[in-house]
Amino acid sequence: MDKVKNAKKNNKTIVEKYHGEKSSLIAMLQDIQKEYNFLPKDTLNLLSEETEIPLSRIYEVSTYYNSFSLKPQGRYVVQVCAGTACHIKGAPKLLSRLENELNIECGETTENLMFTLKDVRCLGCCSLAPVIKVDDHIHAYLTEDEIQGILENYRK
Amino acid sequence: MDSLLTKMKEKGMKSLSPSKTKITVGMATCGIASGAELVYNALADEIEKQKLDIILSKTGCIGMCYREPLVDVIEPNRTRLTYSKVTPKNVIAILNQIAEGKSKDKKPYCRIDEEDLIINEEKIRYLTGALPDDIKAIPLMKEIDFYKKQVKIATRNCGFINPGNIDEYIARGGYFSLQKVLSNMEPVKVIEEVEGSGLRGRGGGGFSTGFKWRSCRNAPGEIKYVICNGDEGDPGAYMDRSIMEGDPHSVIEGMIIGAYAIGAHEGYIYVRDEYPLAVKALTLAISQAEEYGFLGKDIFNSGFSFDINISKGAGAFVCGESTALMASLEGKAGEPRAKYIHTIEHGLWDRPSNLNNVETWANVPVIISRGREWFSKIGYKKSTGTKVFSLVGNVKNIGLIEIPMGTTLKEIIYDIGGGIPKGKKFKAVQTGGPSGGCIPKELIDLPVDFDELTKVGSMMGSGGMIIMDETICMVDVARYFEEFLEGESCGKCVPCREGVRRMREILDDICKGNSKEGDVELLEDMSQAIIDGSLCALGGSAPNPVLSTIKYFRNEYNAHIREKKCPAGVCTEITRSD
Ligand SMILES: Cc1cc2nc3c(=O)[nH]c(=O)nc-3n(C[C@H](O)[C@H](O)[C@H](O)COP(=O)(O)O)c2cc1C
Ligand code: FES
Repeated sequence: MDKVKNAKKNNKTIVEKYHGEKSSLIAMLQDIQKEYNFLPKDTLNLLSEETEIPLSRIYEVSTYYNSFSLKPQGRYVVQVCAGTACHIKGAPKLLSRLENELNIECGETTENLMFTLKDVRCLGCCSLAPVIKVDDHIHAYLTEDEIQGILENYRK
Repeated sequence: MDSLLTKMKEKGMKSLSPSKTKITVGMATCGIASGAELVYNALADEIEKQKLDIILSKTGCIGMCYREPLVDVIEPNRTRLTYSKVTPKNVIAILNQIAEGKSKDKKPYCRIDEEDLIINEEKIRYLTGALPDDIKAIPLMKEIDFYKKQVKIATRNCGFINPGNIDEYIARGGYFSLQKVLSNMEPVKVIEEVEGSGLRGRGGGGFSTGFKWRSCRNAPGEIKYVICNGDEGDPGAYMDRSIMEGDPHSVIEGMIIGAYAIGAHEGYIYVRDEYPLAVKALTLAISQAEEYGFLGKDIFNSGFSFDINISKGAGAFVCGESTALMASLEGKAGEPRAKYIHTIEHGLWDRPSNLNNVETWANVPVIISRGREWFSKIGYKKSTGTKVFSLVGNVKNIGLIEIPMGTTLKEIIYDIGGGIPKGKKFKAVQTGGPSGGCIPKELIDLPVDFDELTKVGSMMGSGGMIIMDETICMVDVARYFEEFLEGESCGKCVPCREGVRRMREILDDICKGNSKEGDVELLEDMSQAIIDGSLCALGGSAPNPVLSTIKYFRNEYNAHIREKKCPAGVCTEITRSD
């Protein structure tokens, strides 16, 4: 019960922050995702009620953009840069090593909800290629062999 | 008002070159990722511990990414020293050297004695008096190979100011152009100046900025918008990030000037989701500009009002395209629409809207300050001014460079970039992102400008320049880009959605050895159909990576298809040819 109340309160704050502006849908979804790590279904229902934005449009937008997730994500989101500079410096090998280590495919989340593995177009750190980003931390000049150690650090 | 800005400038100068020692650490995203935060914290701890009277500050990315983390030491009346590849372990040595006035354990990488500000021809003198002998041996920044050929206009302040301090921006000539415009230039005069400078859009298309402003000014409608494209979607490019993080006010000042010229009172900056630091820097800069009265109502008592909002993207490459970007700003899915409805007349909320790239906006204050004559003399043929590139990939000196248009590929790769590392041979350079192409070594004398790059089947794009050595397979690169575009196609039109996917499948087959004679010709035919039939430029330029690699590296395709061999040894599912 408390959870529902909380969700309602959270949503209200987010909607109020943007004055319920329909044009701020993306920003509101970003805030919701920040709060919950993904876009929970009931929260989207609430959002639709409060802003009078049709649920179909909310889903259209949440499924269109890569950064939104309708499924719970891991505590740590591992983003592998798939930009050109990283690609030619071995990003595909990093990705397959991560897939092996985590035993999931790109785009999936580990069963224990610890890690979500994603690829991303470019992290803007092309000078340090190849790079991956775990949460807010960028790991530069990464080699395959360093991956296990990095994951261990987060597993602790 | 003049005196007010001058007062702010004095205040900023005190912060830029204070009367006591100051240390700045390059803390852009790339700096932090190379460990700058650890260095900053170590410096802060040690300064505190030793109770030193030293100011510690942060700055953006000066472009020497291959040497990060970077630490600058500015002592009153002494030359400005830059230490490179600094680790927390070097901190004590650097502080000791400041105390003793000698360099011993950690040698500075380069120095600046005095600096010519590009915006107003003023000089900043760091060194007064004689140069100590031990410092003489340290090269001047402007004389090291990486910088010799660079001319910094759009990135003039990156790495020199604390982006979170508006006074430092003003100290280096910032907001004086805005004052000039608002106090004694008619809007039409501003447009003439920009048009006369020859400035072309730095977001890729190379469209005349002044002409675009004029069209938007003349478009019917009371309410108009100016928008800054900070989506920087091209993989391998990070110039715009660097400017937004390192010198946000240059973009903001440019936008205010543009808004005045066009007659807009509201602006938007659309920043991609992957750039949290840029959003932070811009947000802070906007609030400071509001506080100083450069944004908001009645700017400089001119009666002109203008506000800027920031909007964050959500991870869609196509949102860098003008119509998709505006749909995204309206809170919708960012799907492009047909080009015949121009955003200049029917843009955001169906109102006249002028969209320019981050780097384009950052050029504007300098053009206003120095004038069109000066600007149009820099550059090459119909591409005036400079261009910022991210020089990355298989090259020694990796970083951000700003060079006059017309600088040749050879100068960029060998003189500035220092050549190819590990004794490998240069093979190709990729420009223009997924809409661009690969330029082979035979064309190394090509002057880089909008038109020359298009002529050889590539594009300027936003400025990513990825150098590739002999270990890179060109078929794999083409496959990589088509896979990228397949994922980023919005799916609205069939030629792009289905065509790009089919091309990627054929390329996959070639890389895996499942191809057959005629596949290259099939790719060429499909390319033409996709170019002709796509709704927006994403599809329209999607075949470029394929066409340019076929054009210059057909042998490599043939080796994959006929001999089932990958000459570069990248496509591991087929045997390597030796
Ligand atoms: C698929 C696609 C992606 C684009 N991405 C960007 C981008 O990330 N940044 C940018 O400034 N321009 C991008 N553009 C170009 C913009 O549509 C537009 O031409 C530009 O922002 C206009 O500004 P300018 O005249 O100052 O270059 C893109 C175009 C297309 C077709
Ligand atoms: S290509 Fe990987 S960070 Fe840009």
